[in-house]
Amino acid sequence: MPAERVVRGVRKVGATTLAILQRLGFATRFFAAVVWHSPQAFRRLQLTLREIYFAGVLSLVIILVSGMFVGMVLALQGYDVLNRYGANDSLGILVALSLVRELGPVVAGLLFASRAGSAITAEIGLMKATDQLAAMEMMAVDPLARVVAPRFWGGIVSMPLLAALFSTLGVFGAWLVGVKLIGLDNGAFWGNMQAAVDFREDIVNGFIKSVVFGVIVSLIAVFEGYDAKPTAEGVSSATTRTVVESALTILAADFVLTVFMFRGVGV
Amino acid sequence: MKTAPSPAAATFDTRCANAVELSGVTFGYDRRTILKGIDMTIPRGKVVAIMGGSGCGKTTILRLIGGSLRPRSGRIVVAGQSVPQLDRDGLYALRRRIGMLFQFGALFTDLTVFENVAFPMREHTDLPDEAIRDLVLMKLNAVGLRGAAQLKPAELSGGMGRRVALARAVALDPMLVMYDEPFAGLDPISLGVVGQLIRRMNDALGITSIVVTHDVYESLKIVDHLYFVSEGRIVAGGTPDEVRASSDPFVRQFLDGAPDGPVPFHYAARPLEQEFVRAR
Ligand SMILES: Nc1ncnc2c1ncn2[C@@H]1O[C@H](COP(=O)(O)OP(=O)(O)O)[C@@H](O)[C@H]1O
Ligand SMILES: [Mg+2]
Repeated sequence: MPAERVVRGVRKVGATTLAILQRLGFATRFFAAVVWHSPQAFRRLQLTLREIYFAGVLSLVIILVSGMFVGMVLALQGYDVLNRYGANDSLGILVALSLVRELGPVVAGLLFASRAGSAITAEIGLMKATDQLAAMEMMAVDPLARVVAPRFWGGIVSMPLLAALFSTLGVFGAWLVGVKLIGLDNGAFWGNMQAAVDFREDIVNGFIKSVVFGVIVSLIAVFEGYDAKPTAEGVSSATTRTVVESALTILAADFVLTVFMFRGVGV
Repeated sequence: MKTAPSPAAATFDTRCANAVELSGVTFGYDRRTILKGIDMTIPRGKVVAIMGGSGCGKTTILRLIGGSLRPRSGRIVVAGQSVPQLDRDGLYALRRRIGMLFQFGALFTDLTVFENVAFPMREHTDLPDEAIRDLVLMKLNAVGLRGAAQLKPAELSGGMGRRVALARAVALDPMLVMYDEPFAGLDPISLGVVGQLIRRMNDALGITSIVVTHDVYESLKIVDHLYFVSEGRIVAGGTPDEVRASSDPFVRQFLDGAPDGPVPFHYAARPLEQEFVRAR
């Protein structure tokens, strides 16, 4: 019966759409609940500080090393192109702008999602699977305030700092390659960079991006953990979902943000 | 001399003879009905066992009493308060006076044994650190694990973990403690130790205990009353002596561990002949 098959197909599409909408609705309510419980978490600041340590400090190595390599590669590729136009002196500008505006926030966000986001999801999911969250609730302690909110804010605070460090190490890596290895003029490298990078248009916009990405990754990570099926497979698939959803959302949000910021540049 | 308690305090606490009362409680997840009318009273100061096969809804009953689930119908009264009608604050106030030991302990894996037991105190009291330290060590001493205070839960054996969870459950001197399968997966020695601890804690601290288990022999040793749950109903009950002497087929099957009886060996299926004789 082809008609029956069509009906079944339509029904499946409908059910999937409904399920996605329901999950989005649940995520929105969850977000509101986390924000609502945040003042309670702030009153005990050491809880959030601890999560900044776990999310931020433990991501340092991967962020610093990656930033350095990305900067070095940028310098090599940038030099290759700029040299054709005799614009060697602009290497500092090229590297700094790409890092501060785009690569810093985006790549740091992606790395942050895979290092810290997945860890947060796994941790909360495991607490759920082993009844630790239920036990907390039975002790009249709200897991949203005690477990979720500190991790959420810890991620939001860490992410811009990590992005800034990523860009800094990137510029340093580019300097190593450009000035120390290739032998470009040190003064031109830094001087042109300083003249071309605008605080409002470049640094602040990059900072805004990194904050937005921090919110995205942190929210997805705590939500997926909290919403994980309380089994071993449930937790592992939630962890995967955190990384995939974070990456897609970061890249999509980056495009949207860049469009808005682009209109403002030089018009 | 007794002073007249305020009416609120009276309903809350001292005047009710039963710590927990369930009447006509029905509940189901989704469409499947799990509990089909549970009536149960748990008198103050007693240790009461709820027994039944795996998946018959024992944990569900505890979750209903603790207010994490709401019944479809029926009354659940704990310390004189109707649990399903409590708002969040009321429920949380009640839960501070209820301890619960989860099936596998549910210790916080990122905290030491000491911090696990201190957790409810830190969350709900303003006690200074020295007072918390003394209280925690006393609780741990009572379960024989004062020396394990600085270990992480991963370093404990199953029986030790269960004892730490027990110490945590009684950390705030609750009026009711619920134990979900406290004996599951324990060796015979640990099992006896945990059983004795449950009884001793109950009597020493003047609490009321609900023990959910399928270990009949251990429960017969320590409890005051047993309820048997099957197919969503209470099918039998009584004191340990009554249970031992019972001729109820369900109780007998449970006591003797017979594979077939009121609880059938076979999962519901169509008749055997139909399964193997092919239609021509
Ligand atoms: N969250 C849930 N959603 C749907 N069904 C559940 C859920 N939790 C438990 N059940 C089902 O309810 C029944 C009773 O569960 P439970 O109270 O945990 O049993 P017990 O503790 O007696 O082993 C089981 O058949 C179980 O599959
Ligand atoms: Mg159970």
